[in-house]
Amino acid sequence: MRDLLWADNVSFRYAPGAPLVVDGVTIRLADGALAGILGPNGSGKTTLLRLLSGTRRPTSGRVLLEHRPLDHLSRREAARQIAVVPQETELAFEYRAIEIVLMGRHPHLGLFTVEGPDDIRIAQDALAATGTSHLAERFFHELSGGEKQRVVIAGALAQLGHPRSVPSAPSVALLDEPTASLDLGYQLEISSLLLRLNQEQGVTMAISTHDLNLAASICRELILMRDGRVLAAGPTGEVLTPENVKRLYDVEADVQINSETGHMTVLPIRLAAPERIREGGRIK
Amino acid sequence: MSIRRRIVTVVGAFTVFAIAVMIWAPTVGSTSISLARAFDRSIPWDDNVDAQIFFVARLPRVLAGGLVGATLAAAGVVLQALLRNPLATPFTLGVSAGASLGAMLAVTMRLEMSVLGITSIPLASFAGSLVATAIVYALASSQRRGLSTNVLLLAGVTLNSFFSALILFVQYLADFAEALRAIRWMMGGLDVASYFPIVAAMPFIIISFVGFAMMTRTLNLLSVGAEAAAARGVDIVRAQRLAFMTASLATGAAVSLGGPIGFIGIIVPHLVRLMVGSDHRIVLPASALFGAAFLVLCDLAARTLMSPLEIPVGVVTALIGGPFFLWLLVKRS
Repeated sequence: MRDLLWADNVSFRYAPGAPLVVDGVTIRLADGALAGILGPNGSGKTTLLRLLSGTRRPTSGRVLLEHRPLDHLSRREAARQIAVVPQETELAFEYRAIEIVLMGRHPHLGLFTVEGPDDIRIAQDALAATGTSHLAERFFHELSGGEKQRVVIAGALAQLGHPRSVPSAPSVALLDEPTASLDLGYQLEISSLLLRLNQEQGVTMAISTHDLNLAASICRELILMRDGRVLAAGPTGEVLTPENVKRLYDVEADVQINSETGHMTVLPIRLAAPERIREGGRIK
Repeated sequence: MSIRRRIVTVVGAFTVFAIAVMIWAPTVGSTSISLARAFDRSIPWDDNVDAQIFFVARLPRVLAGGLVGATLAAAGVVLQALLRNPLATPFTLGVSAGASLGAMLAVTMRLEMSVLGITSIPLASFAGSLVATAIVYALASSQRRGLSTNVLLLAGVTLNSFFSALILFVQYLADFAEALRAIRWMMGGLDVASYFPIVAAMPFIIISFVGFAMMTRTLNLLSVGAEAAAARGVDIVRAQRLAFMTASLATGAAVSLGGPIGFIGIIVPHLVRLMVGSDHRIVLPASALFGAAFLVLCDLAARTLMSPLEIPVGVVTALIGGPFFLWLLVKRS
C-alpha cells in the first residue's frame, strides 16, 4: 500500500533553546493503516500527532501528505484530508451535537458559505456511523464521556467526508488518547468503533494511547516512542514484546495471546527500575 | 429548516425589533411628539416642531446609542469567543481604561485642538484605546507563535488596574471642575450634539464589522479550542489577530463616541445566546441588533426616569448589569 502520511526525520521544540520534544522521528502511515503510538507520559506522542496534522511545523524535517509537503498546503487544504480527535473536548459555549459535527465541514466551506444539503447529509452519515444519530439535537455538555467522544469522532468523519459528486481523496484521522478519560465500558465501545470505521469505511488512523491492551487488540502496527525518539516500529505481533515494554516503560510485563479473543494482552508485573521512578519528573 | 433560512429568519426578526425601537425612542421624552407629524413633509420644516425635535434633538442621540450598543455587544461576542470565556467583556483587555486615561489627560491638560470638527476628548480617548491595544498585543504575541489568550487576559486585567491608578493620579492633580468633567465622561453619555461624531466613528466601526462578518464561523471553532480549530482548518494566528484587532478598534471607536458604557458587552450576548443558541453566525448579528435596541432603551430610561434630571446612561446599564453579572456567575458555578 502507498504511503499516505510520512514524517521524514522530523524534530520539534516548542521554543528556541528548549529541549527537542520530538527528535528525528521517521514514520510512514500507509493508506488504510491502523497504527498505535505508545509511549510514557512526555514521550512526544501528542506533539508528533500535531506535527502529523500540520497544526505545528517541525523544527527540522518534513511531513508529507501523499508526497506533498504539508507546509505547502494551506491549513484548509490539509484539514480536508487530516482530522484530529483530541483526548477531551471542552466547549466555551453550549452547542448541540449536530452543530459540533457540522463544524467538521469548516475546511470545505467558503468564507460566507453556509452548510448545504450535502454537508447536512455527510454530518448525518457521520452520526449514523458512530451510532449517535439519536444524540444529534442533544447539548454536547449533557452527554456522557463516551457519547461525547463518539460525537467528536463523528465530527472528524464529517471533516473527511465528501459529497457524492466529488471524488474522495484518501484521508487520515489522528486520535490523541481517545479513551484516556473513559471507563472500561466506554473504552471498549470506542475501540470497537475505531476498528469498525477503519475496516468498513477505510479510514486511516493513528492512535496515541497509554492502553497497551487496546493498542494490541485493534492496531495492526505499533510505533513505540520514548524521549521523543522511535524505540521500535512495525507489526503489533513483532513490536509488542516483554523486552520492548521494559525499554518503553521500565516495567517488566508478561505478554500473552488471549485464547478467547486471539489478541495479545499485556500484564504488568513489576517496575524494572524503581529507583528511576523515584527521581520524579526527570524521567519524561 | 435549512441553516441558511434559520439565520435569515432570526436575524431578520432582530432587525425589525431594533428598527422599531429606534424609530419609537425619539418620540418619547419631556415633550411628546407625533411620529406622523414628524414625518409629514407637507408641513414646512420651520413650522414642524415635531420634526425638529425628532431629527435634531433626539434622533442623533438614538443613533449614537444604537451604534455604540451594537458595537459593544458585537465586540463582546468576539472577545468571549477569542478568550473562550463567556464572562469576558469588550473592556477586559484594557481598551476602555486606555480610552479613559486618554480622555482624562485631554481634560486636565486642557487640550483644545480639534480635527475635522472632532474635539479633543474623543480624539484622546481613541488614541488611548489604540495605545492600550498595542501594549496588550505586544505582550501577548511576544512569547510564541500566535497570541497566548492567557497572557492576553492577564495583560488586559493588569493594564486595566495600572491605567486606573494613573487615572486616579491625574485626577488627584486636577482641579475640581476638570475632575468632575472627566468623571462625567467616564459615566458614559450619548448626548451627542449633532450627527457629526457618529459619522466620524463610522469608518472604524464599519471596518471592524466587515472583519466580524468574515469570522463568524471561525468563532464557533475557536470556542471549541485553538488546537481543535487549527485541526479543522482555521489559521489560528490570523484568526486570533483579526478578532483581537477588530474588536479593539470597534470598542475604541464606540468608547470615544459614548464613553465607557459598561455591561452591554456581556448582558446582551448572554441574553441572545439564551434566545438563539451559540452559533456565532446568528449570535453576532443578533447581538449587534439587540445591543443597539438595548442601549437605546437604557438611554431612554436615563433621560426620562428622573426627568428633568438625567441619569448617566452608564449608571443605568451598570445598575441593570451588576446584578445580572452576579446572577450569571452564580448560575454558571
